[in-house]
This record gives sequence, C-alpha cells and structure tokens, in this order.
Amino acid sequence: MRREIPLAITFIVGVVFAVAYFIPHYPFGKLQDYFSDWFAIVAAFAIWLGALNLVKMSAIKVGRKRPDWPLSVLIIVSFLITAGVGFYEGYRGLFASQTFSFRDPGTAFDWIYVSVYTPLSATMFALLAFFVASASYRAFRTRNLEATLLLLAAFFVMLGRVPIGDLLTTWLPPGYQMSQWANWIMSVLNTAGQRAIMIGIALGLISNSLRIMLGLERAYLGGD
Amino acid sequence: MNKKGLIISGLIVIALLICKFIPASILHKPIQFSPAVSTMIVIVMILVFVFVLIRTIQGKLIERRVVFVFVGVALLLPLFMQFTLPFPISPEVQSVYDALERLEPGAKILCAYDFDPPSAPELQPMADAFVKYAFERDLKLIIMGLWPQGCQQANQSIEAAFVEHPEWRTTKEYGVDYVNLGYQAGSEFVILRMGQSFKAMFPLDLYNTPYDSIPMLKNVRNFSNVDFGMNFSAGKPGTVEWVQLAVDRFNLPMAAGNTAVQAPQVYPYVNTGQLIGLMGGMSGAAEFERLTRRMGKANTYLLSQSFAHMAVVLFIVIGNVAFIRERREKK
Amino acid sequence: MGFWDIFGVWLAALLTIGIISFLYKDNILYKICEAIFVGSSAGYWFVISYWDNLYKKFYLQVVDPNNPEWFVPWFGFVLGVLMLTRLFGKIGWISRWPLSFIVGATAGLYMMMYFVSNAMQQVASTILPGAGTTAAHPVFSGSLPGIIANVTIAIGTFCGLIYFFFSKEHRGAFGGAARLGVWFLMVTFGASFGYTVMSRMSLMIGRLDFLFGTWLGMTR
Repeated sequence: MRREIPLAITFIVGVVFAVAYFIPHYPFGKLQDYFSDWFAIVAAFAIWLGALNLVKMSAIKVGRKRPDWPLSVLIIVSFLITAGVGFYEGYRGLFASQTFSFRDPGTAFDWIYVSVYTPLSATMFALLAFFVASASYRAFRTRNLEATLLLLAAFFVMLGRVPIGDLLTTWLPPGYQMSQWANWIMSVLNTAGQRAIMIGIALGLISNSLRIMLGLERAYLGGD
Repeated sequence: MNKKGLIISGLIVIALLICKFIPASILHKPIQFSPAVSTMIVIVMILVFVFVLIRTIQGKLIERRVVFVFVGVALLLPLFMQFTLPFPISPEVQSVYDALERLEPGAKILCAYDFDPPSAPELQPMADAFVKYAFERDLKLIIMGLWPQGCQQANQSIEAAFVEHPEWRTTKEYGVDYVNLGYQAGSEFVILRMGQSFKAMFPLDLYNTPYDSIPMLKNVRNFSNVDFGMNFSAGKPGTVEWVQLAVDRFNLPMAAGNTAVQAPQVYPYVNTGQLIGLMGGMSGAAEFERLTRRMGKANTYLLSQSFAHMAVVLFIVIGNVAFIRERREKK
Repeated sequence: MGFWDIFGVWLAALLTIGIISFLYKDNILYKICEAIFVGSSAGYWFVISYWDNLYKKFYLQVVDPNNPEWFVPWFGFVLGVLMLTRLFGKIGWISRWPLSFIVGATAGLYMMMYFVSNAMQQVASTILPGAGTTAAHPVFSGSLPGIIANVTIAIGTFCGLIYFFFSKEHRGAFGGAARLGVWFLMVTFGASFGYTVMSRMSLMIGRLDFLFGTWLGMTR
C-alpha cells in the first residue's frame, strides 16, 4: 500500500486536471477548484517543511559539534528572530485598533526585509557579474565555427542593447545600426532557436507527464 | 585571513569611512565628474585594456581579482559621470506602451509582481514608471504576486509614485484606484483558480480586508472582468505561466517586463502574439521610462551598463586575440 | 531619518560589503553573512506561508460561519500536515501521499498547458505564409523584411527540431539540416549569454548605487 495509494492519488488528480481543460463543468471543474485550493495549502506546508528541515539539520550540526557549528547557531538564531518578529507583528496588526499588515513600512518585519534580507539576497546574485566577466576572459574561445557564432551573437546583443552600440555604428546607414541588428537577432534568430527548444521540451514534458500519471515513472516516490 | 588580506580590508574600510564622514567643505556631495574628467577616465581605461592585451598576448593572463577590480571600476565610475547617450526604442517596448495608450481611463489592469530584491534593479524601475503612468491616466490597478516579496516591491512602486506626486496620496484612494491582494503559494494553480474566481484565491487583501468590501473589486469576478494584464517577472512562476494560463486559457491581453536572463526565452510568445509586448532587462526599463517621460533609475544606470558591456566584450576579444595568436604560432 | 532607519542603512551596507568580500577570498565575514541570509530567508518564507496561505486560505475559511464549504480546506490541511512527517525518519513514507498529490496535479496541468501554449501555438505561428493577400491588397501583400523573417524563423525552428531528433543518424541532407539547426541554436545561446551578462551587471549596479548613493551619499 506504500506505493499503490500514492500512485492512485497521482492518477486521479492528474486526470482531473487534464480532463477539466476540456470539460470545465461539474464535476471536473469543481474538483479542479478544490484541488487548486488544496495545492495552495500543501505548497505552504512544503515551504514549512523546507524551513523546519533546515533548522533540524542545523540543530544536529550544533548538537554533534560538527565543523563550523557556530554558523549553524547563527542560522537558527536568524530564523527564530525573523519568524518571531513576523508572527508578533502579524498578531499585533490583527488586533490593533487600526489593523495593519505585518509587511507594512514601519513594522519590524519590514525593517528586517529592507535592512537584512534585501541587501543579502541582492548582493549574493550581484556577485555573478564579476565571475561572468572573469570566466569570459579566461574560457570563452573561438575554437570552432559554432563557438564563433555564439560569440558574435553575444557581441551584437551586448553592444546593441546599450547606447554604446549605436555610438560605435553611427557611420552606418539609418536602420542598420547595432541596435537594429540586436533587435533582428532577438526577434528572428533567437526566436527560431528558442521555439525549437520550447517545442522539444513541450513534447518531452507531455510524454513524461503521461508516464507519471499512468504510474510508469515512479522516481518521485523514492525507494522503500 | 592572512596579513595581506587584513591590510587591504583595513584600507578599504578606512577609505569608505573617509568618504562617509568627509566634511562638505572638502568634498561636495553628490560628486559629479565634469566632461573633461569623464573623458580622461575613459582614456585611462582604454590604456589599461591595451596593457591587459599586451600581457595576455605574452601568455600572462591577468589575475581574476584584477578583472574583478576592473569590472567594479567600469560599473562604478559612470555613476559619477554626466553623459546621456541617445538610444532607439525597440518594437517590443513600443508595443507595450501603445497597448497601454489604447486603454480608456478607468480600465482595470491586473499587475502581477513576480520578483524579489535581487531582480529589483532591472524590474523596479519599469514597475515604478508603470505605476506612475497608470495613476496619471487614471487606470485602476489590481496588484498581486506569485512571489511573496512581490507585494512588498509593489508597495515600493506605490510609495515612489507618491513621493514624486505628493498630491496622489490624497487623490488616489486605496480600494478605489488601486488594491494589493497580496501573495498566494501555488504558482500556476493560483492563476488557474483566479480564472474561475479572484475571490476564491484571495478572500482577503494584503491588509486582511474582505474581497467583497473593496469597492473597485465589486464587479471583478475573474479575468473576463479585467481589461489588461501586466506582469513583472524574474523567473518561475512568472510570465511563462501567465501566458500559458491567463492568456491562452482565459484570453487576458497581457504584456510583460522580464529580467534580461528570462527575456530571450519569452520572445517566441511575443512573436506569436500571445504577449502584446515585452520589456527586457534594464534597457527595456530605460526605453519604457523614456516613452512614459518618467526618467528614473534605469536611465541613470544605462551608462554604467554600457561601460560594463564594453569591458566584457573587450576582455573576450583580448582573450581570443591571444588564443588565435597562440594557435598560429603552434601551427 | 530616525535611528532605526540610519542603523538599517549601515547594517545593510556592512552586510553588502561582507558578501562582496568573497571576491577577494572566502572569509569568516562572508560566512557569517551567508548564515544570516540562509536563516532570515527561511524565517521570511516561514512567516509569509503562515499568514498568506494557512491563515487566509485555511483558518479563515473553516471558521467562517457563512461558508457552506467550510470542511473542504481540511483535506488540504491534512495533506499538508502529512507532508511534515518527512521530518521524522520512521513515518517519513507517509509524506509520499501529499507529494503524489503535488506531482499528479502538476503533471495533469502541465500536460495541457505545454501542449497548447508551447507546442501547438508555436507550431501554428511558425507555419506562416511568407506573403499573402489582404482586402486592401488582393494580389500580394508582404514586405521583403517580413518574408525573410518568417522564412528564417520557419527554417530555423525546423532545423533546430531536426537536430534534437537523435533516433536517426545525422548524415546527408538530414545531417546538413541538423548542422544548420546547431548554428541557429548557437546564436540563441549567444543571445542568452549576452542578456545574462546584462542582467548580472544590472544587479551589481544596483548594489553599487546603494553603497555609494544611499549609504555614502556620493552619487546622485
């Protein structure tokens, strides 16, 4: 029963969503609505699962004094402070004489979002700017025709999408500056390639979805 | 950290503190380079690139940290320069603006803010310009997000509009001119459910006001009661899901603003007409700011963007010049 | 600006510098900032899920006396609680039930979504006439750039799809078409690379503007 019930659930739910596309009326439409609402609740618990798992792993690391365990303490403390402030502000906002959201500017939760979460998350991704430049300088080589095509397309797009491209090509006739070439590459050549990839992925996804619904693909269930 | 690292860190910290606390009599802030100084800086940068080219041809690739410093300088110094470079408006951005211009005052627009702070430098300028344009034209905004940070980014757009036009704080009423429904987990299932009923997916707004109590939502049941959709997206869930469900299944006319990473993947939807238009990355944001005559951060950042792109292109060219020379010597 | 606003800007600046210090070398300041980021991110998502989903979509619906379907969200709640059993080794297998619900729902929905939007619509828009007739121009209507663009997209899409067909050896005319498809794909990847560079640079410009503008007040 450990495998049969999940497979049955997958089949029933999958069929409801697939059939509801063609028959949006009762009962499929109603079932689709119920399942969509449940999905939102289950998704919230999935997020909780991830957060609680992080706390569990960090606590194990602290308990067993693994290397860098003080950082795990910091992870748990940050989590508890953020979550605690969020719950406190949420309940404070609910029972205030003039209700407010825990996310409103001026709340402690918004302060954490603006002063801690935003700079950390933004800077983490911003670091990639340097690595992409360094990697391009060291590794991007025109070894063959395909690599050269890739390089030329990148050049036209990078320069054509900023004003400096048109500045370098002002000597060309109007309508043939770098920005026009970049537009043409994006709206014609890039569209063709992306479309081929899109159709290929769609066909693969359709067959894989059918395999999952019919129980032929069971990797998501894991081992016993 | 070793002694060298500590010394470098210390010097950087001291330099930053000097910049922060230096009196105005010594250094007037904000700093703006004159055209002569800006030109000198550009010449020095070109000379440094020539030096890098010579070193690379000699087989001595420059250290990655030097590349980092150079990219940082290429990004930072243009923020102090005063050049304004003209650039054309791309057809995709023009299409977005033309579609918005065709809307009548009072039209309801569903705005989906599907991005977080890392993507804000690209998407926040276009979102800010869009909100200001909508308020100016009396378009009604129904704001929601498939990303939890989205509704807070939306509030920043509203606040930016109010800062630029203080009179809007009193003339634009929450619940009448704009509403923020907040966030719901579920990605594409949120859109699917909204296709039947907005109220079922958002029984309360961001401030826990019941859906039925919000005046502008009285006659808004689902997508068929909304005139236009505008999506600001940084990834999944985002524009692709909105096109697949809201546009193709529920026939919502829609335009989008995407990060530059996502924009190439969305071009096929623009070509088919599933998306009316697309603003891609910071250049798309700058073009939209120009069209709506609301010059903002995107236009300010465009010079830095130009320098950075030029730097990356030159680094790639230098690396390949050395590679081709090496290959010829081996032959 | 009040004390907390000023303190917030300084804290944000120090955290930003801490992350940027990774460019020199991995160091303890970066690790501290990373740990704070991980913990605060988890806390942020935890709180948002509670207030926006569990409170609004579950609790308020089940306690609403005017809701005739008050019992329906309980099914979703039970499935969600079963998801949490994954945290406990011995009863973790129960979490397969809500997981299979998510997988089944996603498979069923995606099958139709991708079929319509990413397959059929894209194929229909690729098979476009190079030129045609309209009421205004009953003999011929079309521009040379438009014809070239439509034909190029059609050829590029077709050859790109041929490249992905690995069941037949890429030889002769078939191989030639696959090679042309590769060229189109290389241009696509080059365009994606160019846009990726643009995106990453934009993010860093934003951070530098915060440091040198908002914090140090040196830029406009």
